[in-house]
Amino acid sequence: MSRLQAGRRHSVRFSLNGKPCTGEAEPRLLLTDFLRHQLAATGTHVGCEHGVCGACTVSIDGKPARACLTLAVQIDGCELRTVESIAPSPDRLGILQSAFKRNHALQCGFCTAGILMSLDCFLRAHPRPDEESIRDLLCGHLCRCTGYTPIVRAAIEAAAELVDHGKEKTDA
Amino acid sequence: MKAAAFDYVRAEHLDEALDVLGREGSDARIIAGGQSLMAMLNMRLAKPRTLIDIMRLPELARIESKGGTITIGAGVRQASLQEWPELGRDLQLAALALPWTGHAQTRSRGTVCGSIAHADPSAELPLVLQALAGEVHLRSAKRRRRVAANDFFVGMMATTRADEEMIEAVSFPAVHKRSAFREVARRHGDFAIVACAAVATANGVRLAVGGVADVPTARDFPDLDGSALDDALNGFAYSLDARDDVHATARYRRDLVRMIGRDLMREVLQ
Ligand code: FES
Ligand code: FES
Repeated sequence: MSRLQAGRRHSVRFSLNGKPCTGEAEPRLLLTDFLRHQLAATGTHVGCEHGVCGACTVSIDGKPARACLTLAVQIDGCELRTVESIAPSPDRLGILQSAFKRNHALQCGFCTAGILMSLDCFLRAHPRPDEESIRDLLCGHLCRCTGYTPIVRAAIEAAAELVDHGKEKTDA
Repeated sequence: MKAAAFDYVRAEHLDEALDVLGREGSDARIIAGGQSLMAMLNMRLAKPRTLIDIMRLPELARIESKGGTITIGAGVRQASLQEWPELGRDLQLAALALPWTGHAQTRSRGTVCGSIAHADPSAELPLVLQALAGEVHLRSAKRRRRVAANDFFVGMMATTRADEEMIEAVSFPAVHKRSAFREVARRHGDFAIVACAAVATANGVRLAVGGVADVPTARDFPDLDGSALDDALNGFAYSLDARDDVHATARYRRDLVRMIGRDLMREVLQ
């Protein structure tokens, strides 16, 4: 058993976007704040801080999860992926991102990081999704700009493209 | 907002968790998937001094089906139950209700027992437990006991769990009768304005309603139709003491109970 004391920082080891990473966190520190303030990984956004909006969605051990409902200390030993992993390189967009751009699936972009992470996890598990299952997945996100239709379109396009580029999928 | 400070205990054996809980009582809280508790912590509606994480205890992460009873350990995530191959056959009502339980992004971490421990009156899993007359398995360092769903929920987010107890598991009888579930919410996956679950019984239907009374409430109905059924449903709807809130009026809630109740009863009896 380990007891991590309140008010002190404790080391957290995990993998961030495929690379080993170590940080320090007080027990009460949220994964969102840990990512943004300690690791300067500001791609993950914070909207509501109680699990409703989906802006903070990341992938923990391959499953989509709310970073605002996760403590930094809970991810010790986990594999974490954030939106920073979506593009193959800093100057190139991934397949999902390009589809979002083509379809105007973002306007202000506040919700986008979370939606990309949900879709990324989902499309790995369900390479040939129908529209209904994508809409069902998007229920876990709030977007106040797009009206969702362009997001659904982008997701369906990206899914088809990802199947074609089977081997590129890992870096899409 | 941010949570108030707490110690974080990562239990490696169940005894350790029970031991800390026994010593610290109401100052300590168990955290499993955290999908209800973390929001409470962030809003400072809960300010425990110690959080006890039980998600590294493999013995709690099991689903067991034995002698017509399905027992779901405190570490079983909602998504894992959803993927359990026997679910559609043995626990059809849960299979129908799980897609309405939060979102894919919260079911991936949230646990079945955690939702029941939280006892939100509009949550789906407490409703399913009540509809199927399941049991909650409580355990402290000193004793174990089982409490029927109907005795477990005593008020809005209030249960008969004592401070030094944790939910070790919940159990459901395997039910092979027809079941139905329906819910009305502002957005699919949000808390229900009204949620109804129905299961066929030997001589009628058991109908359970969430989101209206302070606790999920079930009633057994004989096989009625026509105005006798309308009257029975109307009586049930009024007995739930619906209240107005920002999401819906009491009257709208009673309407939903009558209408959804009727549809579901028809569905399971046809
Ligand atoms: S910030 Fe996490 S769901 Fe809104
Ligand atoms: S693009 Fe603005 S909230 Fe979705």
